[in-house]
Amino acid sequence: MALLQISEPGMSAAPHQHRLAVGIDLGTTNSLVATVRSGMSTVLQDEHGHALLPSVVRYLSEQEIIVGHVALAQQSKDPINTIASVKRFMGRSLQDIADRAHIPYRFVAGDGAQSMLQIDTRAGLKSPVEISAEILKTLKLRAEKALGGELTGAVITVPAYFDDAQRQATKDAARLAGLHVLRLLNEPTAAAVAYGLDNAAEGVYVIYDLGGGTFDISILRLSKGVFEVLATNGDSALGGDDFDHRIYCWVLDQVRSNQQHFNPLNEEDTRLLLTKARQAKEWLTDNHEAQIVCKLSDGSFVDVTLTVDKFVELTQNLVTKTLSPTRKAMRDANLNIDEINGVVLVGGATRMPHIRHAVEDYFKQEPLTNLDPDKVVALGAAIQANVLAGNRSDDDLLLLDVTPLSLGLETMGGLVEKIIPRNATLPIARAQEFTTFKDGQTAMSIHVVQGERELVSDCRSLARFELRGIPPMAAGGARIRVTFQIDADGLLSVSAREQTSGVEANVVVKPSYGLSEETITGMLQSSFNAAESDKQARALREAIVDAERLIEAIQMALTQDGEQLLSAPEQQAIQANIQALQVLCKGQDSQAIHQASEALNHATETFAARRMDASVKQALAGQDLNSLEL
Amino acid sequence: MDTQNYFRLFDLPVQYDIDLQALQGNYRKIQAEVHPDKFVTASSSERLQSMQTATLTNEAYQTLKHPTARARYLLQLQGVETLQDSNTAMPADFLMSQMEWREAMEEAQYAKDVGALEALLSTIQNAGKSLQAAFAQALANDAQAASQLVRKLSFIDKISADIHDMISRLED
Repeated sequence: MALLQISEPGMSAAPHQHRLAVGIDLGTTNSLVATVRSGMSTVLQDEHGHALLPSVVRYLSEQEIIVGHVALAQQSKDPINTIASVKRFMGRSLQDIADRAHIPYRFVAGDGAQSMLQIDTRAGLKSPVEISAEILKTLKLRAEKALGGELTGAVITVPAYFDDAQRQATKDAARLAGLHVLRLLNEPTAAAVAYGLDNAAEGVYVIYDLGGGTFDISILRLSKGVFEVLATNGDSALGGDDFDHRIYCWVLDQVRSNQQHFNPLNEEDTRLLLTKARQAKEWLTDNHEAQIVCKLSDGSFVDVTLTVDKFVELTQNLVTKTLSPTRKAMRDANLNIDEINGVVLVGGATRMPHIRHAVEDYFKQEPLTNLDPDKVVALGAAIQANVLAGNRSDDDLLLLDVTPLSLGLETMGGLVEKIIPRNATLPIARAQEFTTFKDGQTAMSIHVVQGERELVSDCRSLARFELRGIPPMAAGGARIRVTFQIDADGLLSVSAREQTSGVEANVVVKPSYGLSEETITGMLQSSFNAAESDKQARALREAIVDAERLIEAIQMALTQDGEQLLSAPEQQAIQANIQALQVLCKGQDSQAIHQASEALNHATETFAARRMDASVKQALAGQDLNSLEL
Repeated sequence: MDTQNYFRLFDLPVQYDIDLQALQGNYRKIQAEVHPDKFVTASSSERLQSMQTATLTNEAYQTLKHPTARARYLLQLQGVETLQDSNTAMPADFLMSQMEWREAMEEAQYAKDVGALEALLSTIQNAGKSLQAAFAQALANDAQAASQLVRKLSFIDKISADIHDMISRLED
């Protein structure tokens, strides 16, 4: 029994109103889940007291899947079916993985030359999305046990430099795991939130985030609860794993030069040596040399000593590689080194002393490390999840994030025409007008790419959009306005309209690396590998949850503004729609619930527009002396 | 909401010289109310409204913040299109300085002289500042002159961006 009910200022005292929301750091090496409890962001532990969940998934059979420490421990024993660092494969094709010869998995190319790769395991072909979903499921379960209820939603972090395909893959994985994604949040931004709120920081801060497989640099201006990203850059295929790999290659060279006959390594040996390499790297953070000793499957022994100096020599160019994006971000933000108030280190790989030195040398100041570099991202994500779920009513936190990569269209001769520049504040939209070049043409294709280079072949293909249903006209007669919108998650959507007739063109998306809607639905269904009736029950439950969420949101809006902004008949019309939906929610027809939800949504469009108008007016009406000093 | 005029959206006078602090302050106040993060649990019609309003607010802010975009926008409000793409005719003296700047760029690139590029950048930005001042004068009484000033400013922006790119390439 609760003896005392303590409620934070601005937080709801009624426990039933507190929505359970978590922040999840889905990392290359480790993953974490955190939540805000009694106003404090805390990382949730498993039953053994572990905060970090190794991002390792082992497929024992179709049904039996192990995630985390146990899977990590069994990695060398069963390397083919034990998948680590799956984040590196999210939204990536086979040819994107440069060092796949050194990774002991059975990769299978996706359907098209450019589609997302798959991994052949004992449990069949697995997409990186499905493997990531297993990690998310484990964290969801951990959170629900710890918090004693079903989660309302989660904020999931992604590297700031993730492109659209990688972000979409992450969102799909969450959906497969049954998580409602409140927002995809950039990892450095999440770290800045945790750091900034903790230290009441103001000014310009750099977040240097070197994780297991990704590198991000973000520059933010922190001011009165506003976190404004000025520029971001990075390398989505550079991380601690690459340092392990350098050690691994060095060990192989050493062994080869000492032995007459050196058998090629099998998958178990490769995994064993990579694990030893990682342990040596970690050991060298606090020690001058590391011994790497192990017995290979052919009975031969490996016994080499790696000194710090050698390690630095082997990996110095990886450290240098992080400075190029750093310089670019500084230039994009139009800042000098002396304008930086602090540099925050994030990610386990920033524990390596030579990284710290390089950062210190570049920024001419000692980096800040007072938050655990492994946990700070999850802690920040939890704070944002708490705000987004509506548990904190004081509006003192605003994140203005940017898109990391320029968005462009393929034009004549394989050239890229940029339409949205990198580092544009989200959400952003740009419209472009196209015309037909043949009489009676009713369809056209648009190729969207992401990247900074001038040639399409040097950028990343994002998707091909086919516009269909253009009214037939003479060549050049149709004017099709295509709008490219990047939302707050950093995800692209496209809409099109023929200007002279006003006909909405039908946009068919062929994502270059993503999974199609049908594939996702198929995965969702097979993950429940159940009878038709179960699928229907699940569809019904989802429809009801969505409908209830909608009704709650609209009722809250009506309570706040219904009287002021709507006439009595307008209010009654919305109420009638709510009641109709409530009646259907007691029935069994999920299709009817969807339709009634749509109708209710439609009925509130005017109300939504008026509320937004009122918000804008209100924003500037409350001018006071303090605000003038901003 | 007055989406027809970006200046009114931010409660600013419709003129070239604006208080950038007030612009930033009012931008943040509006985003604090309309940003999609404030509508995560709202109905989908409100989420859509929020995304559109926040998008427009960002667009308006960037337009007013950037000196050239702001100038072009003011002309647009007067019904004057600057015709960037079709009208590239420029007075000879401006073309001369353009050529000199481009030559200086090539020399600096050949010599890998980042310092020279930085100096050139600052010369060009100063030229831009005088053009901006001239624009503020021309706007009220000579739309054609104002329009040509915007085209000149666009040239200045382009060459500045090219120098920035060149510096980053040299630094890598």
